Amino acid sequence: MGPYSPAFRHLFSRLGWEVVVPDRPTQDTLSLGFKNAPEFFCVPFKITLGTYIEALEQGAEVLVTTGGVGPCRAGHYAQVQADILRRKGYAFDLVVLEPIARDPLGLLRNVRRLNRNRASIPRIVRLVRQVLKKIAAIDQFGAELRRLRPRELRRGSAEAAYDGAIKTLDAAETLEDIEAARRRGLEAFQAVARDPERPVLRIGLVGEIYVVLEPASNLDIEKMLGEMGAEVQPSITLSGWTAENVVTEVGNRAKEAAGPYLGAAIGGHGQESVGNAVLFAKRGFDGLVQLAPFTCIPEIVARGILPAVSRDLDLPVLSFFLDEQTGEAGVRTRCEAFVDMLWQRRRGKEGVA
Amino acid sequence: MIAYLGIDVGSVSTNLVVLTEGMTVLNQVYLRTRGQPITVLQAGLAEVAANLPEGLTIRGCGTTGSARQLAGVIAGADVIKNEITAHATATAFLVPGVRTIIEIGGQDSKIILLRDGWVLDFAMNTVCAAGTGSFLDQQAARLGIRIEDLGPMALGSKTPVRIAGRCTVFAESDMIHKQQLGHRTEDILYGLCEALVRNYLNNVARGKEITPPIAFQGGVASNVGIRRAFEETLGHPIVVTPYHSVTGAIGAAMLAREAVRSGKPSSFRGFAASARPFAASSFECDRCANHCEVISLSSGGEILARWGPRCPRWDLEDRPGVAGVATG
Repeated sequence: MGPYSPAFRHLFSRLGWEVVVPDRPTQDTLSLGFKNAPEFFCVPFKITLGTYIEALEQGAEVLVTTGGVGPCRAGHYAQVQADILRRKGYAFDLVVLEPIARDPLGLLRNVRRLNRNRASIPRIVRLVRQVLKKIAAIDQFGAELRRLRPRELRRGSAEAAYDGAIKTLDAAETLEDIEAARRRGLEAFQAVARDPERPVLRIGLVGEIYVVLEPASNLDIEKMLGEMGAEVQPSITLSGWTAENVVTEVGNRAKEAAGPYLGAAIGGHGQESVGNAVLFAKRGFDGLVQLAPFTCIPEIVARGILPAVSRDLDLPVLSFFLDEQTGEAGVRTRCEAFVDMLWQRRRGKEGVA
Repeated sequence: MIAYLGIDVGSVSTNLVVLTEGMTVLNQVYLRTRGQPITVLQAGLAEVAANLPEGLTIRGCGTTGSARQLAGVIAGADVIKNEITAHATATAFLVPGVRTIIEIGGQDSKIILLRDGWVLDFAMNTVCAAGTGSFLDQQAARLGIRIEDLGPMALGSKTPVRIAGRCTVFAESDMIHKQQLGHRTEDILYGLCEALVRNYLNNVARGKEITPPIAFQGGVASNVGIRRAFEETLGHPIVVTPYHSVTGAIGAAMLAREAVRSGKPSSFRGFAASARPFAASSFECDRCANHCEVISLSSGGEILARWGPRCPRWDLEDRPGVAGVATG
């Protein structure tokens, strides 16, 4: 999902597998998913299904995915997808990794099954540390990219630095290599010509994790907004999510911040979307974009609450519900108008001040 | 004399205005796009040129509407802006103190809220175009009346009929059903106007606070039946300016004036563009599995612009990322 494939490729290849990771879902991937999924399932289901089909066509024998936390139907997507795939005649093993706290024995069983090389426990621990370090580096590169996009002097140069950094990271073996690749990547960003004085907008991005993290599902909205002069900050990164959910499943800052508006977890990232809106407003962001898969109940609830947050904390909100019917022209027009509006507001505020 | 050219190429109509430095509209042209934005825009440019006073210089040019990109390249625009910003800019000037803009065009409808001349919030129709001009066109054609007569006829209604307006196809079924029951055409037409207003308020303006002054524009604002239905439903007077069908173009002209204020020379190609042959072509890029549609606009063998692809592979060297939009 999203930019993280190098980290997972690292893990499974060192466990003795030949890894098939379609780098980025393409139009073909999407079409495969849309064709084989029930119409009213959400876009994360469809795109991952398309990805599985592509992987199986490339000879994958085992599909590894994660389970879900909380009342969102994504929690049993893996099983439904496996059913669809088996009916299509594919033979494969399915491994669903659930959070440690929820099913420690199941997780151990799955780890044993995936441990093809019979790596020792210390070796596995080392591998996990490497993977986490790679994920952290990928998130750091992402943050640099988002900061640079609206400030670069030559369009596409930040993107090029990012691609180079990811490639170097992908090849890194040991913890030391990974650290060196991380530094080298950050240096490449440093070398990108930029205008540090250029005024930029700051836009927070909230919503359901898959459509926030996977550019192929959101029409590359981060890039679109970045090129329109906005520094975009997603509320979710995989390193952040992992720390909060996989290990402990305990509350986080966003949930606390959502309190006055939405006091209970409603599944998916509904509560976090509301809470992060509050946090972005308090940090003085110019605007907020909410991304959600079409039919996603938690985000529909959040959408109903966001106007109140917007009014109370003076934070303009633009919501998109995405699926295969979403037209790029419509999204672009709304983003352009949103960016224009945010500039007007900022100038208005500066004029008043 | 110095003036600015504003162009709005939408799904249904192509509008051009010439706006003087003193902000008066010298000339306005309203044409049907008919699915041929290039030809119709060129016809519009020729029409503007034919009626231009002696000694008038076009100092800047702006485009908006769904074909703003295409029109911007053909005319040589100094600014290419989305419809929401264009409408808000023009209306803030035309209707001083305006707080709500209702805009219903051929296939789009929008609501824009303004405070002190700047945009506070906006929304556009998303999943459905049930309440827009194309639907009214279609119903007028079905009933064998001219679209211009639909509004005045609707005003003759005494007991409006309730029409189910959530979906265009079902609205049509419902209208046919009401006809078969024997309701008067006038009553059905006003019922349709009310249904359209209900649809707009439920889908586009949902959750937005509508406060006066309220300006109503876009092609549908010509329809007096819809105007009346809005006034009755909202309980406020509705302002429709004489420029309601070309507001977007006026906004584009105003933005062009702003864009060249710094003294930067205009990139307007001149009215000769109306006679130049332009050709748009597209191909599917096969360099990766995204299969991007790449569109090229050329004139006399020279490629003027390309847009459509996700990566910069097809960017023209001197004009990278034509599809990109300048910031504030």
